[in-house]
Amino acid sequence: MSATLSYIEKNSFIHRMTGTTKLLFFLIWSIAAMMTYDTRVLVGMFVTGVILFVLSGLKWREVRFAVLFMAALIAINLIGIYLFSPEQGVRIYGTRHELVHLFWRYSIVAEQLFYMFNFMMKYLAVIPIALLFIMATNPSEFAASLNKIGVSYRVGYAVAIALRYIPDVQRDYHEISQAQQARGVDLSRKDKTFERLKNSAAILFPLVLSSLQRIEVISNAMELRGFGKQKKRTWIMEKPFVARDYAAVAFAVLALGISVGFMIHNGGRYFNPFV
Amino acid sequence: MRETLISFENYTFQYRSQAEPTIHDINLQIHKGERVIIVGPSGCGKSTLAHCLNGLNPFSYPGKSTGTLTICGVEAAQASIFELSRYVGTVLQDTDGQFIGMTVLEDIAFSMENDCVAQDEMKRRTKEEAAKVGLLDKLPAAPHELSGGQKQRVSMAGVLVNRVPILLFDEPLANLDPAAGREAMELIDDLQKVNGSTVVIIEHRLEDAMHRNADRIILMEEGRIVSDTTPTALFLSDRLSLAGIREPLYITALKYAGVKLTEEIHPERMEDMVLSDAAKAQVCKWFENQAGPMEKAVPEQMLSVEELSFGYTEEKENLSEISFTVSQGEMVSIVGKNGAGKSTLAKLLCGFVTQKNGSITLKGRDLSEDTIKERAGYIGYVMQNPNQMISKPMIYDEVAMSLRLKGMSEEEVEKRVFETLKICGLYPFRSWPVSALSYGQKKRVTIASILVQEPEMLILDEPTAGQDFRHYTEIMEFLKELNESGITVLMITHDMHLMLEYTERSLVFADGRMIADTTPARLFSDPELLKRASLKVTSLYELALRCGLDPEAYIEKFIQYDRQVRNE
Repeated sequence: MSATLSYIEKNSFIHRMTGTTKLLFFLIWSIAAMMTYDTRVLVGMFVTGVILFVLSGLKWREVRFAVLFMAALIAINLIGIYLFSPEQGVRIYGTRHELVHLFWRYSIVAEQLFYMFNFMMKYLAVIPIALLFIMATNPSEFAASLNKIGVSYRVGYAVAIALRYIPDVQRDYHEISQAQQARGVDLSRKDKTFERLKNSAAILFPLVLSSLQRIEVISNAMELRGFGKQKKRTWIMEKPFVARDYAAVAFAVLALGISVGFMIHNGGRYFNPFV
Repeated sequence: MRETLISFENYTFQYRSQAEPTIHDINLQIHKGERVIIVGPSGCGKSTLAHCLNGLNPFSYPGKSTGTLTICGVEAAQASIFELSRYVGTVLQDTDGQFIGMTVLEDIAFSMENDCVAQDEMKRRTKEEAAKVGLLDKLPAAPHELSGGQKQRVSMAGVLVNRVPILLFDEPLANLDPAAGREAMELIDDLQKVNGSTVVIIEHRLEDAMHRNADRIILMEEGRIVSDTTPTALFLSDRLSLAGIREPLYITALKYAGVKLTEEIHPERMEDMVLSDAAKAQVCKWFENQAGPMEKAVPEQMLSVEELSFGYTEEKENLSEISFTVSQGEMVSIVGKNGAGKSTLAKLLCGFVTQKNGSITLKGRDLSEDTIKERAGYIGYVMQNPNQMISKPMIYDEVAMSLRLKGMSEEEVEKRVFETLKICGLYPFRSWPVSALSYGQKKRVTIASILVQEPEMLILDEPTAGQDFRHYTEIMEFLKELNESGITVLMITHDMHLMLEYTERSLVFADGRMIADTTPARLFSDPELLKRASLKVTSLYELALRCGLDPEAYIEKFIQYDRQVRNE
């Protein structure tokens, strides 16, 4: 099991799509999910997302850690909503069906449960697609796809270089932290928070310095090989747009259309089963 | 007369941040198809000169120049770094840092992408260049899947793809092991023959850089060119030793034997050398006059490693069944290819990782229960790059850090820190900031920050990597003094001079196993073992063979004699 998400080489039709397609799909899909609170649309998107995930050949164990981590975040988010506005659903749907009264201002209300369920579905509708985007997009194509949708290639490349250097910086961090532990820097939970914060500076200071050195070398190497010479650049890893890519983007637009269509039909962002 | 591609005329360059010019009054012509090596001690200005050639000066490092520098007919002062990159292709020293792409394919294509070359042509030309440097089967590989030598070849392909007339190598040997270094020089030679390029190599390891000869050697000192001549003429003069550059070993050996060097001998390369019978007899006579190796008392056993195994993952073992002992006061080199398990061994000894099987005992006490912190009290670890260790802006605080973390009283801390700074020759700098120090001095600070914990044993990772002869000597003499004061020293190294000159024993690693525990003299007379350790035979070995002597005995005597000479 790996704790971090990264590209895994596989051969599915999703992997064969261009990075730009997957980026566009992810963006349009996210907008569609963010706009609506309609349960029917969100459940539909979630199911579609899961199907696409299965079709991509990615395995549950490859994403288990990340999904559990996100599940924890969503849970915290939902608890927060309930604590701070336990009657939000009542305001939205205009009715109040109290199931159980707990204490003080907290009750279990059907409208609130429904609102929170929809809120959760918004995340669930996006997560499979986000995972697909991260794990089925070759990082080599990443800069090219950003560039293709209009982001400056300098920015795109900066992101790509950062991805390229994450393992190196991780390794540096590991080595530095070991050497500093040998000098008595304690990073275990035994010390007080402030001490631990102070101690992590003993690792960050050399890490920042060695990273700055890396940056100097890489930027020299890039300039010496003509980076930034012209307004445009070509990409050796860029794949041509084919029918499958157009189809995928059209599909995402369709999802957005359905989402908007239901909003117009409902006369708002919410689907209200209570009236 | 051949076409002149590079021409410096009364050229001076001063960085904006410096009060004085770094290079003065440079007059230098380099012609088409030539191979020129630029040598000089650290800080002599050879890197500045290189940066002026490729445009990093003043594009990335601002400064101003006087005089003229013309490259392929273009006035460098008026050209941009991009324009110069059409004529000068630069391969930097840091094999890993200059790898830009995610894969070999992308890295080679990088400059074509910037030139907006169409994709089909890029693919074709990338394959072509990858084939030339022997990496066609590595195109989809990521940098961490490649060795240092392979990464450097990717960089070479990445500049060759531009069809530049001039290739500039900035210390190409500094980050490579000796075997990979030799391959690099051979590849440069082959590529130059095929493409007819002009090659400029900045390097202080002269003997290795001369492996395939050169047309000229430019010697720089204090920002000026002090010698611009053929290798033969330079080796016959005493300019190299005056400038603090190490002479090739065979030249030193011949000088020890009293052989007179002349132009007829062809001293530029061991292979080209014409040794008369009289000269060979002189070498043999010197050999016979040397006393045999001195027997040493066997000191007390210090560290004992038994059947040690370790793997970062369940499936693969990175180290298997390692057993050796180290005695009190020894100085031992740990050698072998990158990835052979040397660093893993150091991590196991320091307790950074825990062994799967086997044991580590220090003075009869099993260390396996000790934490990293506790082990640091007996075994100190010094990383290769001092910038990765230094975490305080002031020297005093840096050295005091571990004591303060132990909760020692401030008077006690001061006493111990001052003592350590004195041992390390840093006492005069005690109130200085670390940033004001040279690389070698920073290295000392890191060693001091470990010594202050009073370990009985020091492990150093590549203590001399990238250092010129003067800094090398400075660091190693310091370590020798520490060693003589009773501290046991283990060094992970690729540096053959270090092994020969400073260690009595070498532990050789290959593919996670220890394949030899031997003396440097025996190691360097065993070509098969050297190959497995990614080292190479020295010219001493070849000289001994040419003179009909036993290489091991000859190397042994040479080392012993050389140590005496150095100690005088």
